[in-house]
Parts: sequence; structure tokens; C-alpha cells
Amino acid sequence: MSLRIVVCVKYVPDATGDRHFAEDLTVDRDDVDGLLSELDEYAVEQALQIKEAADDAEVTVLTVGPEDANDALRKALSMGADKGIHVEDDDLHGTDALGTSLVLAKAVEKAGFDLVVCGMASTDGTMGVLPALLAERLNVPQVTQLSEVAVDGGKVTGRRDGDTASEQLEASLPAVVSVTDQSGEARYPSFKGIMAAKKKPVESWELDDLDIDADEVGLEGAWTAVDGAAERPARTAGTIVTDEGEGGKQLAEFLAGQKFI
Amino acid sequence: MAEVLVYVDHVDGAVRKPTLELLTLARRIGEPVAVHLGAGADTAVATLAEHGAVKVLAADAPEFAEYLVAPKVDALQAAYEAVSPVAVLLPSSAEGKEIGARLAVRIGSGIITDAVDLEAGDEGPVATQSVFAASFTTKSRVTTGTPVITVKPNSAAPEAAPAAGQVEQLAVTVADSSKGTKIVSRTPRESTGRPELTEAAIVVSGGRGVNGAENFPVIEALADSLGAAVGASRAAVDAGWYPHTNQVGQTGKSVSPQLYIAAGISGAIQHRAGMQTSKTIVAINKDAEAPIFDLVDYGVVGDLFNVVPALTEEVKTRKG
Repeated sequence: MSLRIVVCVKYVPDATGDRHFAEDLTVDRDDVDGLLSELDEYAVEQALQIKEAADDAEVTVLTVGPEDANDALRKALSMGADKGIHVEDDDLHGTDALGTSLVLAKAVEKAGFDLVVCGMASTDGTMGVLPALLAERLNVPQVTQLSEVAVDGGKVTGRRDGDTASEQLEASLPAVVSVTDQSGEARYPSFKGIMAAKKKPVESWELDDLDIDADEVGLEGAWTAVDGAAERPARTAGTIVTDEGEGGKQLAEFLAGQKFI
Repeated sequence: MAEVLVYVDHVDGAVRKPTLELLTLARRIGEPVAVHLGAGADTAVATLAEHGAVKVLAADAPEFAEYLVAPKVDALQAAYEAVSPVAVLLPSSAEGKEIGARLAVRIGSGIITDAVDLEAGDEGPVATQSVFAASFTTKSRVTTGTPVITVKPNSAAPEAAPAAGQVEQLAVTVADSSKGTKIVSRTPRESTGRPELTEAAIVVSGGRGVNGAENFPVIEALADSLGAAVGASRAAVDAGWYPHTNQVGQTGKSVSPQLYIAAGISGAIQHRAGMQTSKTIVAINKDAEAPIFDLVDYGVVGDLFNVVPALTEEVKTRKG
């Protein structure tokens, strides 16, 4: 039977753009260009490599987000994913991580899965909790923060590099995996891939399709609230000197003045 | 008084500094109750009590080391049910965030991660977060359930506040469903003898300008003269010059030391995200136009291979 891989991806505002908040203190998505979160490209890449190593596998890429999030799906499809699912609903605006994990879990279940692959974190919220939340909700093993991953004989194995130790992990499928930016460079879509992606199927699902009530998600359904957001004051301009042989000494002088030496 | 659960991060009972910071922050909200999982509770209890733990709930089971994350969630949930706390605090490590997230789902509570400060509020604890590559500061609250909050290292100065530190054994049953991910083997990281990157008061980082793994000893020598941790930019790590565990930036560690020294680092957004909340920032770079100079308190435009060794010598001389 075919190995069913679902990759969860997020459409995020470009981190190199001027990101800010909208009036309701959600992330402003209108004034900054959006794209597939860079860290999710690693997830797509590993999913494709697992597919290539398997006899028979299919990669579905799944996103929850506004209309433009379709761009993130198209990027993943042009890299080589087989089909897309876009969960889009006006009631989703302002959903927090717990709510998003509920929507993703229901969508993954509806799609059918043997392996869920996620990035290590999004580049906007940067919480890094979604994979663990999904594993909890789906009641399957959590095999996360992997810098190496492989699937063989109904098992997923991988290496998790932590602060104090490097661990070799193993779990039976179905499972939820997340991969880090150390897992291997993501491929660039080829021209052929980009053209092919235009013909690949993308399903559109709403909350009703997932049996989720509007009050379980969105800003009102969130279990956390942002009360205020303030731009960090720009750092005051410092002293800049050009090294003409004394740069090291001048720097030492500054550090001594600040009592670091 | 209301109790606050504090998840203890430790290595065989040696309590890591971020946990002491958590205990300090927890005292602003209530009475800290520490949860110590694994071996070494006997060793840890003195440190935990000294920093304000009124109670230490201890549990040791082989499953904590044999399976990833989930058994610890079972244990923390048992502690939650035993205590009925007003908040649960964990360190913002990869594991701390994963444990907190899964607990939040189980107890029907909201979660806030990566807080850099915490205060008591009329409607529960208020967390300060630094977002969008530290260009914004937000104030957030958990509105449903018992707040689960993970806190970044260096968010508070640990304060001694001796408390009873009464040890109680916590009964934990690890569910079969929590034994899904087996830890087949574990290779501990070799200690460099330098401070932990996220906990260090001073960090010295090298980037593309270091130009090769063979040149990183120049950065290490400066770090050692200052008693600092060593960091590296993504460019240096991707080039294979320094380990990923030392990467500072969006996909590595975020640090907030008293002093951050960037050598040969241009200061791309990816790097700034991980260091721009540092108290004092110093940079050495050949390129006077490098964006890192927009952040610095003091910058030297010059060749790091001249400036850094000269600085190292000067530091050694001054320190005698």
C-alpha cells in the first residue's frame, strides 16, 4: 500500500520585509509579501526524499491560511509534491497555535496519513510547538527536531541533536516528524516542476468540512490574547572607529569603561 | 498561597541556570513547586530550595530516558493534578516547549512560549515576548485554563530566597501511548569548558569573515580571555566551520547576554533575530556598510585578524 505523507506548511510574511501588527494585534499580512516559510522547505525536501526512497508513496502538502497561502502550496507542488489541501475559512482569522493544531489534526485525519512531516518552527511565530501538538492530538509518536530522517519497513528513524546530547530515535508509523534546517538543503523548483505544479490538484476545505465550530478557532476562540505590541526602540547610534593599528586597544578601552574587563 | 509549577531542567540533578530564573519569576505569581524528573533529585533539592521552591515533587522512572518527551508530559500532568497550580512554567528549550505544548492540550489551557519577562496581572500572569526578529515587544496572557508559559534563558537574574524545599514523591504512570518514540541511543555532547551559549553573560561570535574552521581559534581565544561562550553565524555553520549547536540566529539559539561581540558578521536579519536584545553590542567588520554597525554600541571597521588578537592580548594584560 502506498505510503501516505502529509507535509504541513505555513504561508508567512517575508522575514526580510518590514513586519508589523494589524489593528487587532494579529500579524499584518497585507503590507508585506508572503511566501512559503523557509523552514518548511526543509520539510517538503525530506518528504520528497522519503518518497523517492520508497516503492510507492504520495506527498500531500497541507496549509491552513488565507487565500494567498495558495502560493505556499504551489511552491511545494513545484518542488515535487503530488497534491495540495488548503483549509481556508474567514472564521480562522486570529487562530492561535492550539487552534491551528486542531484544524491541522482534523485535516490530516480526513486526508489519511502514515507520516506527517513538519518544519522545526515557522519563521513568523517561531514557537516550534506545532509538531508536538499534532502528535498529542493525533495520538501518534512524536519524532521531532531531526537533522536526519529515514523511513523503512513501517518505521521512522532519525537523529535529534539537542543541547546536551545527540539522540537516535525510532518509532512505528503512523507518526509525526519535524526536521531542522540541518536536514539538508531544499531543492529549487525546476521549470518543468513549476509548469507541472499548475496542473496538480489542490482541494479547498472549510471548517464545516472538518466538523470544527467557528467558536473553537479564530481570535475569539483563542486561548491566549495579545494585549499590546510596541515597536522596539531603535538602538541609539554607537561609536564607530576605523582600525589604524589601535582598534583592538580602543575596543578594550571601551569594554573596560563598561566594566566588562 | 497559590502554587506555581516549575519544570526543572537538570543533568543528573545538576540544576541548569534557566530553572533558577524560572523559580525567581514564579515567586512573582505564587509559591514555586518544583517538578524534578529523573535521577538526582537528592542533589537538586538544596539548590531548588535555596531559590524558593517550597516543595519539590520528584519522580524517577526509566521511561524518562527511554522514550522521547511524552513520559515527561505524563509526569507533569500528574504534578498538575496533584497541585492544581495557577500557572506552569518551563524553560524555553526545544524539549521544554514540546512538553508544555502537549500538557496544554491535555489540561485544556492556552500556552505562551519564549517569554522574556513575566509579571503578575489582574487577569493572570502577563508575559512579555520579543517578536519579528526582536523588532517588536508584545504583552500576552493565557485566557483559558491554567497558563502554561515557557521562558527564555537570561530573562531574570536568579535570586536566592530560601524556602522549605520539602521533597515529595510523585506517583507517575507512564501510558503505553507515551512509549511510541524510542530513544535508541544517546551521545552526550562533549563539554568545551565554556559557558552555555544561551546562559552566558558574554558571547563572542564569528561569521563569514572568519574564513575557515582553522581560524575559529582566534574567536575562541578572545572568548576564553573574557570567560565567554562562543557563537557562530549561520554562514559560518553552513560552511561547516563551527557546530550548529553554537549557531546564533533565527534557526539557532537566541541569546541576550550583557555583552555580545560579533566578529566578521554582516548582521543579516537571520542573525539579528538571535542577538539584538543583547545589552551591549560590539562588532568588528571589514565592511563599514555592514548592517551590524546599525546595532552596535561600539564598532571597529577593520580586519578581525588584526583587531581580535590585539583585543585578546589587551584583555589578558588588563586582567593580569
